[in-house]
Amino acid sequence: MKAIVWQGANRVGVETVPDPTLLLPTDAIIRVTSTAICGSDLHLLDGVIPSMEKGDILGHEFMGEVVEVGRDVRRLKVGDRVVVPFNISCGVCDPCRRGLFSACDNSNPNHRMAEALYGGVSGGGLFGYSHMYGGYAGGQAQYVRVPFADVGPHRIESDLRDEQVLFLTDIFPTGYQAAENCGIVPGRDVVAVFGAGPVGQFAARSAQMLGAAHVIVIDRVPERLAMAEAAGCQVINYEQEDVLVALRESTGGRGPDHVIDAVGMEAHGHGPGALVDTARQRLKLSFDRITALRWALLSCAKGGTVSLPGVYGGLIDKVPMGAAFAKGLTFRMGQTHTHRHVAPLLSRIEAGEIDPSFVITHRASLDDAPDLYRTFRDKQGGCIKVVLNPWA
Amino acid sequence: MSEDRSTPPPEGSTPPTEPQTDAAGQLPALERSVMGSVGVALMGAGLRSARPIRKLVLGSVGAGLAAMAATGRNPLATALKIRQTPQGEVLVSDAVTIGKPADDLYRVWRDLASLPRLMTHLKAVEVLDGRRSRWTVEAPTGTVSWEAEITADEPGRRIAWAALPGAAVENHGEVLFRPAPGDRGTEVVVRLAYHPPGGSAGAIAARLFGEEPAQQLRDDLMRFKREQELGFAPTTEGQSSARAGGQA
Repeated sequence: MKAIVWQGANRVGVETVPDPTLLLPTDAIIRVTSTAICGSDLHLLDGVIPSMEKGDILGHEFMGEVVEVGRDVRRLKVGDRVVVPFNISCGVCDPCRRGLFSACDNSNPNHRMAEALYGGVSGGGLFGYSHMYGGYAGGQAQYVRVPFADVGPHRIESDLRDEQVLFLTDIFPTGYQAAENCGIVPGRDVVAVFGAGPVGQFAARSAQMLGAAHVIVIDRVPERLAMAEAAGCQVINYEQEDVLVALRESTGGRGPDHVIDAVGMEAHGHGPGALVDTARQRLKLSFDRITALRWALLSCAKGGTVSLPGVYGGLIDKVPMGAAFAKGLTFRMGQTHTHRHVAPLLSRIEAGEIDPSFVITHRASLDDAPDLYRTFRDKQGGCIKVVLNPWA
Repeated sequence: MSEDRSTPPPEGSTPPTEPQTDAAGQLPALERSVMGSVGVALMGAGLRSARPIRKLVLGSVGAGLAAMAATGRNPLATALKIRQTPQGEVLVSDAVTIGKPADDLYRVWRDLASLPRLMTHLKAVEVLDGRRSRWTVEAPTGTVSWEAEITADEPGRRIAWAALPGAAVENHGEVLFRPAPGDRGTEVVVRLAYHPPGGSAGAIAARLFGEEPAQQLRDDLMRFKREQELGFAPTTEGQSSARAGGQA
């Protein structure tokens, strides 16, 4: 089959690889009908996530048709049309039973790698996202093996198009959980979203769905800001305005009640702090560039929430912790517990509350994907979200 | 043995060793005296050497060894968080919470002959009688085997064992089973103490080559948890990739 393969930092390619097979009785094989490139895949392209290996198949946003199930699979049947959460979860451990699916105890075969980096514990596995997260082959391919097939995949029974439900695999639940984590008081709270990429777009719209009185989106890319503006958000271009001053003014001097950092570890930003971060990341002295996080902490209102859907990978310094403490901020963060959001968000799509396909700007084949990784990374050609058809 | 948890262990459970005075890489006396003599000798050679580079290297290595001997600390062992007693025993402990009743987990452990299924570095455990058994492990140097006896057996709560005198690797340990708060099942705590072949240097080498008991214990406990909770181990072995042979 054809698959998108990580060939080293800044190199992804299309290669012919063996078709996946069932490895365990609880596995299923999915014929992928649609898959997408995620903003977090760009961290892999850039080589800032440790433990990638040349030849790894990428991709964690995908859906398709079940073509084979293992003998212990009960719920899923051949022929089912499913969306597959990007996290791999066992469904029986204590975190899974509490709905903390991304914290699954049992799905990461390489738990020791994550334990070494992350305080002696390991989260669950992810599709196509480094060996530290399990080394599972991803879904930017014609077929994919799905472990714990009775736990992750969710059947789509309505006639919604792939493009309307594909993003239930990651970016819609991720944006939604970021907004939900804010504990928005409807009609009262102001929410600021740093980063108008796909997750930022869904976070902003989710904040609106959850009743935010006002949503402000910060970025520097005009077409991304325009997309947020079209949804009724106020926008700030941080290259044209002093973002902290603008946020203060827009909120009567209070600051936003909640701030969502949908940027993560590769913030662009500007000023001396951003330059130092970039140099340190290049020299592998630090994993993360944290301009967005600094702004989030500095701008947030007293008693507010800083919610981090953006990915962080390692150690950071020059964090304005004093400001966070003085204001009594609450931090919420982590990989999305995708499984628990799929059904309720699908209902919202079916009810017409939101059509997630608004975010798509590029549609292509797998063969075009390597170019589109770069287009997406460089934010060229108005690129916000790329959807791939593996059979085109 | 250091007890990092705020929950006290159940009554009747005693650590396998005397509470040790230092958990930060204290060197045993013999190792200290050898290290001190070598260090002083190197410093002397360095000072006598005519070549400045040799003077510098020998001098500083020698001074480092002498300092280690004087302070009684092996900085590498400290950096690698290898815990030792003043008697030179290496201490290893780890814990895992498993969503099963303590009695079930105790029964699996008490069936000594089946332990090699859970612990991949254990080659065989042969039960000799009610208390004694023969253990065989794979070591970097080949197989090592010794006789051990059960020193405490509290059904559903604790098993302790010790190698009989004359064992190739002197060791003793215990496993505790205690209810986890809430409905989370059972906390399984394992504590081991052993004399590493080659002293603290041997323990450091084993740690660096990934063969060290602390790492093996972690893997074993996670394998045990997954066997109990899932009935199998998650894997990517044999999956598709673009590497040679097309497999991960």
